[in-house]
Amino acid sequence: MHEYPITKRIIEISQEHANKYNAKEVKQINLVVGDYSGYVASSIELYFGIIAEGTLCENAKLNIKRVKPMLKCNECGILFERKPFSFECPSCGGQGSPTKIGHEFFIESIEI
Amino acid sequence: MSENREIEVMQSVYDKNDEVASQINKSLTKRGIYAVNVMGSPGAGKTSTLIQIIKRLDGITPYVIEGDIESDFDTKTLLSLGVKTIQINTGGACHLDSPLIGKAVDDLNLEKGILFIENIGNLVCPAEFMIGEHAKMLISTVTEGSDKPYKYPLAFEKADIIILNKCDLLPYVDFDENFFLEGVRALNKTAPVIKVSCKTGEGFDEVMLWITEKAKK
Repeated sequence: MHEYPITKRIIEISQEHANKYNAKEVKQINLVVGDYSGYVASSIELYFGIIAEGTLCENAKLNIKRVKPMLKCNECGILFERKPFSFECPSCGGQGSPTKIGHEFFIESIEI
Repeated sequence: MSENREIEVMQSVYDKNDEVASQINKSLTKRGIYAVNVMGSPGAGKTSTLIQIIKRLDGITPYVIEGDIESDFDTKTLLSLGVKTIQINTGGACHLDSPLIGKAVDDLNLEKGILFIENIGNLVCPAEFMIGEHAKMLISTVTEGSDKPYKYPLAFEKADIIILNKCDLLPYVDFDENFFLEGVRALNKTAPVIKVSCKTGEGFDEVMLWITEKAKK
């Protein structure tokens, strides 16, 4: 449900950029989606086919790069993936803090 | 077929929502309104918390925007207490977004005070969307269990204040307070965690101190 408007926005942004270059079609959209962005890549793909119909993006391939969320250890500073029910650093046992890694949700580029 | 030509875009897909949110925030600030985005799961006691706070808002005008998928029960309750309230029914959508709030803010005719925006009961999506608020208030409960920060990290990470409700039930439930607080602190170093009970009113003096202090600025 909540991926529908956002998929529409992906198509709008791609078209705006394609129009600037007078492109007849968008061949590929390179999208970066963090696992903590709250958006499910497979749902975006599902809606994309429906919404893109009749637009410049109709035949575009949606290339989604998924990013795993990372914590940063407060003690030793390394970045690590969180284990369920824990924020513990696998290297030194310190506590990890959230970072921006994994919250991404942007269009990196389009291919025309 | 010719080769693909790559065009750099680097544009956030949230851009429209965030742009509107920032306009709403500016316009509210100008009108002397402090806006609080109230988040929590269904049944956490979001409306009950608002009633407890509003009862104690001495000399400050409260306004409420009620977000629900369906129904206007909470709006009726608040209106019966004399609180200027407006209902938004999303008809299925799991969170409020800024275009929805923009319209409600225009309809409410706000003047100096505190605007509480009660989001849809949901611990996931409301945390992802800015809606023009100055602060995010998260309401969690001892009956939901102490694992919530670990299961819904984003809501706890983004909160400016965390209210732990239903503390009058602590003797009856297996709520591990240390485990809860450890999870909260790993995600959020600054938000105060205030234990309250909407049933007894305990803890709300502390909530009031926080909110009146923030709204003054």
